[in-house]
Amino acid sequence: MSVIEIRQVSRWYGDVVAVNDVTMTIGPGVTGLLGPNGAGKSTLLHLMAGFLQPSGGTATLDAKPIWKNQDVYHTIGLVPEKEGVYGFLTGWQFVQSAARLHGLGDDAANRAIAQVDMADAKDRRIETYSKGMRQRIKVAGALVQEPAVLLLDEPFNGMDPRQRLHLMDLVRDLGAAGKTIVFSSHILEEVERVAQQIEVMVAGRHAASGDFREIRRRMTDRPHLFRVRSSDDRRLAAALIGDTASGGVSLTPQGLEVRTVDFRRFTHQLPRLARDLGVRLWQVSPTDEDLESVFSYLSGRS
Amino acid sequence: MNTVVASITYRAMLGRKRVWLLALLPIALIAFALLFRFIGGGDESVAVELMKTFAIGTMLPLLGLIAGTGVIAPEIEDGTIIHLMSKPISRPVIAFTKYVVAASLMLGFSVIPTYVAAYILIGTESGIAAGFALGALFAGIAYAAVFFLLGVVSRHAVTIGVIYALVWEGLIGGYVPGARRFSIQQWAQSIADQVTTSAFLKSEVALSFAVPAMAIVVVGSVVWAGQRLRVLSLTGDE
Repeated sequence: MSVIEIRQVSRWYGDVVAVNDVTMTIGPGVTGLLGPNGAGKSTLLHLMAGFLQPSGGTATLDAKPIWKNQDVYHTIGLVPEKEGVYGFLTGWQFVQSAARLHGLGDDAANRAIAQVDMADAKDRRIETYSKGMRQRIKVAGALVQEPAVLLLDEPFNGMDPRQRLHLMDLVRDLGAAGKTIVFSSHILEEVERVAQQIEVMVAGRHAASGDFREIRRRMTDRPHLFRVRSSDDRRLAAALIGDTASGGVSLTPQGLEVRTVDFRRFTHQLPRLARDLGVRLWQVSPTDEDLESVFSYLSGRS
Repeated sequence: MNTVVASITYRAMLGRKRVWLLALLPIALIAFALLFRFIGGGDESVAVELMKTFAIGTMLPLLGLIAGTGVIAPEIEDGTIIHLMSKPISRPVIAFTKYVVAASLMLGFSVIPTYVAAYILIGTESGIAAGFALGALFAGIAYAAVFFLLGVVSRHAVTIGVIYALVWEGLIGGYVPGARRFSIQQWAQSIADQVTTSAFLKSEVALSFAVPAMAIVVVGSVVWAGQRLRVLSLTGDE
């Protein structure tokens, strides 16, 4: 059982602030670091992994500083996003070298390879691996010393769906076994499936924190903008403005633009109103559902 | 020394096509020696000149650059070094090990070929072969150390290294006598001059300066590189 504590940590490169006054405590279980690209997720993970010095604040593992402390790697296994593997080694040689660097024998390497289900391909050179296989062999390399903490930077990127599910299961199992696991991702669904705890990063700041229900609720419970096209926009607009679900309706040549204040009520009411009026709906589409706008909404509120 | 770090580094340097990068210049040196030998130009002045300008003056700095930066700079560039650095091993030990690999490559790819080439030309006469081999040994160790440090501290190690070798040692060292005191190439010649009795080699830097200077350069570079590796930051793609 290990705890990573990030206290008022900032990190800047010259004038650019990558991580801005972030405080979080990460304990056993799976924590997902969610945010759009460039939000500072990688920077935060590198701060936790001892590969970056905090410009301000402290990053500790079980109350010991992480920066310039090679002993943390008894406890921390790191799976970097960059390739980070020697392509000329076979999978076995790579994991075996990781074990030896920890002073461990071949047993540890075999166990780690079995854990990621790579025993069949272990004698091939890593450069012949698919992206998903590389990812798994890197995970094996990070698991040889059975670390209490596992840090993964965008681990599911570029994997095919089957490999992704397999790795997700592995991460979930490790979390259930009491390991402290942090992984970064820019995909909400990915984080939802694996993580019990979600930390949202936006523009270097810690924008939200909670379990996936909490985050999901905060993401849907916000004003939405919908574009609606129908057989009679004007009649539909009149009915919509009369309902408490909408905050504003405007008629445009492309159809109606409806700003909702109560998302659930709107999705419930719209088809009923249309049916009662005898208006046919051609198109209902959210215009601001992309993750960027969700994130910017969250960050605007915190 | 860490044997795992050393074996991975050797494999990276000697694997497949990369070994040719190291082998090309020594092969050329020996080819020149054979050529001069068979067209009958193998006298002492030719031997000294080939050793001075090609072995010590060209091959050593270039191989030092290839070996010194090659053992570490590409791994920092592509992030593979994380594999070694995310382990409970002291980073100065990682640096020292990689440096030792670079220095040993200098022994195999420049010191031995230097001796062989000189031997082909004039045998053991005047101690030229032994002298230049010893000079190449010291210079190889020093070049590897300087360029190793460069590979750790800068992403432009190769450019800076080429400029040092060509401009400082080659050009400025040729015209400005003072600059020669701070040239690894000249230090190597001082050492070669101690062993050989040949009249064709006159060193310009005193041995009492060259040897301590080399020691300081080697120890300083390796220690500094180790300290830099301790605080190496990885910025990721963001």
